[in-house]
Amino acid sequence: MPRKGRPKVAVWKFTSCDGCQLSMLDCEDELLAIADAVEIANFREATSAVVEGPYDLSLVEGSVTTLSDARRIQEVRAQSRLLVTIGACATAGGIQALRNFANIEEFRQAVYARPEHISTLSTSTPIQDHVPVDFELRGCPINKDQLLEVLSAFLDGRSSNVPTESVCAECKRRGNVCVMVARGAPCLGPVTQAGCGALCPAYHRGCYGCFGPQESPNTASLIRRLEALGMDGPARLRVFRTFNASNPVFRAASEAPAGGNP
Amino acid sequence: MTERTIDVDYVARVEGEGACHVTIRDGAVDDVQLRIFEPPRFFEALLRGRRYDEAPDITARICGICPVAYQMSACHAVERSLGLTLDGPLRDLRRLLYCGEWIESHALHVYLLHLPDFLGYPDAMALAKERPAAVRRGLELKKAGNAILRTLGGREIHPINVRVGGFYRVPTLEEAATLRPVVEGALALAEETFLFASTLDFPKIEFDYEFVALTHPDEYPMNEGTVTSSTGLQLPAERFEEAFEEVQVPYSNALQVVRKGRGSYLTGPLARYALNRERLTPRARALATEAGLPDVVRNPYQAIVVRSLEMVFACEEALRILDDYRPPEVPYQTPPHPPAEGSWAAITEAPRGMLFHRYRLDAHGTIQEARIVAPTTQNQKRIEDDLRTVVARSLDQDDRHLADACEKAIRNHDPCISCATHFLDLTVDRGER
Repeated sequence: MPRKGRPKVAVWKFTSCDGCQLSMLDCEDELLAIADAVEIANFREATSAVVEGPYDLSLVEGSVTTLSDARRIQEVRAQSRLLVTIGACATAGGIQALRNFANIEEFRQAVYARPEHISTLSTSTPIQDHVPVDFELRGCPINKDQLLEVLSAFLDGRSSNVPTESVCAECKRRGNVCVMVARGAPCLGPVTQAGCGALCPAYHRGCYGCFGPQESPNTASLIRRLEALGMDGPARLRVFRTFNASNPVFRAASEAPAGGNP
Repeated sequence: MTERTIDVDYVARVEGEGACHVTIRDGAVDDVQLRIFEPPRFFEALLRGRRYDEAPDITARICGICPVAYQMSACHAVERSLGLTLDGPLRDLRRLLYCGEWIESHALHVYLLHLPDFLGYPDAMALAKERPAAVRRGLELKKAGNAILRTLGGREIHPINVRVGGFYRVPTLEEAATLRPVVEGALALAEETFLFASTLDFPKIEFDYEFVALTHPDEYPMNEGTVTSSTGLQLPAERFEEAFEEVQVPYSNALQVVRKGRGSYLTGPLARYALNRERLTPRARALATEAGLPDVVRNPYQAIVVRSLEMVFACEEALRILDDYRPPEVPYQTPPHPPAEGSWAAITEAPRGMLFHRYRLDAHGTIQEARIVAPTTQNQKRIEDDLRTVVARSLDQDDRHLADACEKAIRNHDPCISCATHFLDLTVDRGER
């Protein structure tokens, strides 16, 4: 599509912690270059200036948890040539999707003295459940280098180079000693998508799956390994039910019977 | 009767989603509402049934700007159930991690969110076009804070290296040595920032704030201390709820905390400074004196100066810890006993002020009930009180200028609305499982 001038980029927040959009401001060395290359047209966390749509690229943080969220994402989509979701809330519903497994009325009453003032949906759902998404960046939070790659690819008019392999592959390349083998630490690395740089294993900790499932995860095999390390059913349920709890692969893994095969 | 309303539909350059609504009737301010429409995420409900040692990583997700504060308050609260008190290098490393978050969060607020208000720009990017050196200094400072977070925590946002009892892995001497020049550079930038901020033009206004912050006999407060008020109250952190209560207002998804029987109060940098000035480093104190900063700052616009001073302090404190650092033999302390059944609370000083966590655990260490009171929840009522005065003083201005004045008065307090939204009263009958 022919465009005049700098492309217009908008950053939108839905239900979230603001951490993924903060990743943009955490690009300290590149922020001013980004602001030169694109017109930051809507980014309420960073600026009070707002430029009307349509937008060439929309970065969407957060999940849909209210009726107003559900309406607003339709408007955002309609105004955006490309829509990229950033982070576990936008791509999988986030930690707040734990409500999907519970009774929201009870949740609301547990937290608010006068729950009638609080409007919320009974589920937290990812953006792609509501509108078509052109690309998704995983992670809780996203990796800022991957964000820069997406922005560069967008400016160059090419597709972005974001691997969908496992954390294990990244971990081997980093030269980490396997924490599951050497320390007996439960690790979701074999079934989790790369992108963090195998951070947890590098700090002697098992991966906790914050990038969600990799493209061809063998969760049954991992479950048997976790069981061999002594993890019982309730513990496994908790391990798969964190920041990507509502992702279908992790959801199935949290509910699978002993032995891992559903 | 004449009625005039001022609405700021979306407060920009704050964390999260809030609006402000002011009603003026017959030339007087009738009602001021700071409306928080950030959708609730129900953290207190979803924590139930989780294990005690999951609280630090789960509650970190409440806020992308101050995840360390959540990890620290959660760790300290559940460590009380384990009879665990950190000392030596592990205690110091936690303090170092907090220094990183204070520097990162304060630099973000001072340069990217607050400074544009004083210099008349919509954002730091526009400011950078005309004053690139100032913005670059801010970004460099922020980067240094993030370097501490990355080294100790693995990453800047939602660090992965914090655990109950300490860390998964502690920095090597080499890693600590690599950090030192970065922090040394940051100290010089923080001093420049402080001197620069001191020369800004501040609206002449002062409030008779009740300041509330932690105080500690030996140090500027971060992870430990006694809840202290400028009106004389002193209370152990775990008894916070005896003197402070939350009230729900119909126009907001966040509760407001008040001092029982008194009303609004202020927590955060102005309160910490007012109650702990003597425990700043000598260099930070000397700078404050040199710049003519009063011992107690009651002008909220000058919070930018106090935040800058706290960055000077945090850099010096980080350097002290790095210089003394000897890696401990183990990265975490093993608790003397399993988690004890009961209710366990702690407060630490987030960049924006006191952050209270309380967990009720059963005999297996499973969380039965959680309560979290964030700094912005505490400051919300006080921000409304500020707004009332700011609007009353500017009634002759047109709506656009008045709305602008309201937004600025809100930004003085660096509200973190993402934080404020989920921390609500649990005294209601919830029908125990």
